[in-house]
Amino acid sequence: MFKKLSCSTLGSAFLLFAMSTVAFAAGGETAIAGLKYFTVSVFAAGFGIAVAAFGGALGQGMGLKSAVEGIARNPESSGKVTVTMLIGLAMIESLVIYALVISLILIYAHPQSAGIAALFGAGH
Amino acid sequence: MEHPILFLVKLFEAIGFGDFAHHYPHVIYTWLIMLILIVLGIIATKGISIIPTKGQNVFELVLGGIEEFTVDVAGEEVRRFFPVLATVFIYIFVCNLSGLIPGFFPPTAAVNTTLSCALVVVPLTHIIGVMFHGAKYYKHFMGPIWWMSPIILPIELIGHAARILSLSIRLFGNMAGHELVLAILFLLAGAFFAPLPIMALGIFVSLVQAFVFFLLSTMYFSGAMEHAH
Repeated sequence: MFKKLSCSTLGSAFLLFAMSTVAFAAGGETAIAGLKYFTVSVFAAGFGIAVAAFGGALGQGMGLKSAVEGIARNPESSGKVTVTMLIGLAMIESLVIYALVISLILIYAHPQSAGIAALFGAGH
Repeated sequence: MEHPILFLVKLFEAIGFGDFAHHYPHVIYTWLIMLILIVLGIIATKGISIIPTKGQNVFELVLGGIEEFTVDVAGEEVRRFFPVLATVFIYIFVCNLSGLIPGFFPPTAAVNTTLSCALVVVPLTHIIGVMFHGAKYYKHFMGPIWWMSPIILPIELIGHAARILSLSIRLFGNMAGHELVLAILFLLAGAFFAPLPIMALGIFVSLVQAFVFFLLSTMYFSGAMEHAH
């Protein structure tokens, strides 16, 4: 089995991290809580696009495999098969692009960007 | 990340519309693409004749090819909507390509432009459906079996709304992601011509994304025109 221990420690560390933000009361500690919220967002953005790239690559690989097999079996159909394969690859890629857009929103156009900018100004 | 230097924005700054130019570069570059395409159209139709000359041949080749492909995919009735589809294809393709020229910002890298293209195409499918089927167009949303309609109707409506989202975000994500990668590579290793392979990929991606937008629009049109299940 692959390393389930590291997966669970990572998951529990992440949960502890996220839940510790709730424990903070108002005051100077909201700055730390707010920055942790942003840190968690960036963490999610990085993992989101990584998982999306993994799934997208698998899907495109399977499509490509079938297209190449089709051309090998029937070289005369290579034009149609290539066009169909490219269209299919673009469709699969668009799902990865949706995940990329969400990651970009989380990092660059975060819904709480005003609050986070204030925190960066106050904290550092 | 600092803002890239855009030629037309600098030009507008010199004229005095700097504020407008900084906030809406995609609008300014859309005007430029419109100008280029209209001038190309005028050149193409200037000395139009039955036996085509050299210049006319090129445009006939391009447009004839697109028309044959559209009719192949969607049947004869799509011929009356071929101008919209070909315009969308050529406009998005030229917009995407213009981003590869240094100092130009591709209008399709702003979600406003891509959303506007999607908002033209998707309501047009509904208009086509009503044109071809009249009031019976609602049967397209009811599904094959009548007693499953209460489940299928919300799914179909959400699917149609998702078409707008997917068309616009697919094109925007591809172009904006490409611009972001170019900017980061330029920042990291610009002196070593690192962005060049990405720009070569960008030519391919520009063509494929314009083609996918056009093909999906064609298939939505043909889906609205054909008979329900």
